[in-house]
Amino acid sequence: MANYLIKRILMLIPLLIGITLITFTVIHLAPGEPVEMQTAMSPKVSAQSRARLREFYGLDKPLYVQYGLWISHLARLDFGRSFAPDNRPVLDKIKERIPITISLNVIALILEFGIAIPIGIMAAVHRDTLLDRGISVFVFVGFAVPTFWLALLCMYLFGVKLSWLPISGIHSLGSEHLPFLARMGDMAKHLLLPVAIATFGSLAGLSRYMRSTMLEVLSQDYITTARAKGVKERIVIYRHALKNALLPVITLLGFSLPGLIGGSVIFETIFAIPGMGQLFYQGVMARDYPLVMGILVIGACLTLIGNLLADLSYALADPRIRHGRG
Amino acid sequence: MSTPFQQFWQRFTGNKFATAGLVVIVALFVLSLAASLLTPYQPDAIDAWHVLLPPSAEHWFGTDELGRDVLTRVIFGARVSLKVGFVAVGIAVLIGTVVGLFAGFYGGWIDTLLMRVVDIMLCFPTFFLILAVIAMLEPSIWYIMIIIGLTGWMGVARLVRAEVLSLKSRDFILAARVLGASDLRIIFRHVLPNALSPVLVSATLGVAGAILTESALSFLGIGVQPPTPSWGNILTSGKDYIEFAWWLSLFPGVAILVTVLSYNLVGEGIRDALDPRRQ
Repeated sequence: MANYLIKRILMLIPLLIGITLITFTVIHLAPGEPVEMQTAMSPKVSAQSRARLREFYGLDKPLYVQYGLWISHLARLDFGRSFAPDNRPVLDKIKERIPITISLNVIALILEFGIAIPIGIMAAVHRDTLLDRGISVFVFVGFAVPTFWLALLCMYLFGVKLSWLPISGIHSLGSEHLPFLARMGDMAKHLLLPVAIATFGSLAGLSRYMRSTMLEVLSQDYITTARAKGVKERIVIYRHALKNALLPVITLLGFSLPGLIGGSVIFETIFAIPGMGQLFYQGVMARDYPLVMGILVIGACLTLIGNLLADLSYALADPRIRHGRG
Repeated sequence: MSTPFQQFWQRFTGNKFATAGLVVIVALFVLSLAASLLTPYQPDAIDAWHVLLPPSAEHWFGTDELGRDVLTRVIFGARVSLKVGFVAVGIAVLIGTVVGLFAGFYGGWIDTLLMRVVDIMLCFPTFFLILAVIAMLEPSIWYIMIIIGLTGWMGVARLVRAEVLSLKSRDFILAARVLGASDLRIIFRHVLPNALSPVLVSATLGVAGAILTESALSFLGIGVQPPTPSWGNILTSGKDYIEFAWWLSLFPGVAILVTVLSYNLVGEGIRDALDPRRQ
């Protein structure tokens, strides 16, 4: 296990380098110098601060030196300062936005797995029945619905027509004066729609996947053996089959992270949730290069961590890897 | 005796849902090619006297905030979606296939290097990457197609590589080598055709994904730019007028839903038809 862990962590190094290289390339696709683009539009920027920016990014030096410089700043967790008028350190701006995005995504992820896994199992166990067909229809529609459109429809129905739920922000005006429980309730009301839509968007893929791994496991010889021995069907499914069918799902947990984080741009923008996705969208629209670079690197690193955690839990769950034969 | 294609076709058309999907896709092609013949309106004809009208006999899908006919804009929007879907996936399949072929065939450090690149690309939240690139350049339909392609090839590469690994040691490849065929000839003449069927499935599903991505980008205002109609940017005004004009939000969304659903059904249908065991 220790060997596996060390190997797995060493493998992160080339990935990290690759992530920074791609981020750096993306930003340098822009025609003209980042600093010029930024300062040309705001005449208030003095020649001095322009020179300071040029020096910070080493823009007068060749590209590979610029890259090295940027990396050395990154290594000290220095992501530079935002180009926005507030001119705050990028890391501070990201830090205050991350908790909202992560907690939303974690809640959505828990709901997603909690709902999709039973659905997938049901579909597999009742294969080719009316139930399975019904779930299939749901899954295919779920795959095809654009989440932003679903958000729009729900806003119209629950927000405008029925006015049951607020449709933007994460708390009501003046809610900071409410007692704690009422404040939490207010926030829950605001987050209900975004979380429900984020969950629905990823439900289809996972339940489909669960169905096919479950079907595969159910066709294995040891399941036939268990049945032949006279083990009850319920125990065959939940004791013998489920354990093995759940294994590949762990890996999927890591894979679904980039999609969720990327998707947060869409619903944070629609529902005006002050998270990392909204910050990224604002940064992109304002061509706030340090901010965009910072979020790209951090977003990719979050995925990296997610994948690592998924791999480790896989290793813990699978004795073949745990005992070093994987 | 029937040819493999006939067998495939028979199995494909035996699947009602996949056939329905194919019919919708063909209909969409016809619709977008014949767009200007099918509607009496121009997609960008502003009519200040008929703003935000609900659906009626003259304007089946109503009109938008500039008095433009929504049905006409939805039909013309189909052109954008089809173009984006096919070009983006074409790029993704091309890159993914070449990377997968070389990684699988040569193995060793080439394989390690290429697969590491795949891992790195998979770390980025794709939507972040696309957004960043498009904002750095100018939003245009060409950039969108290229970027969606450049960020979507990793799955194909993995598929092709796996397929090549299982083909590499087969006798017919050995036979080709003994006959003195060059590496490139073996790769493109003998390995590639046999590795293509899973690619076809993933390409069909990829078209659906590309259409969804484009509509989301256009909805956020960084995709296809007005006045060119795309399903996503019609929905942007749908959002602005949602309290007064539900038809602006409903119809383009249904168009996306039906189109994406059809591609997914066809993709699944091809998969099942290629692999008789799955039926």
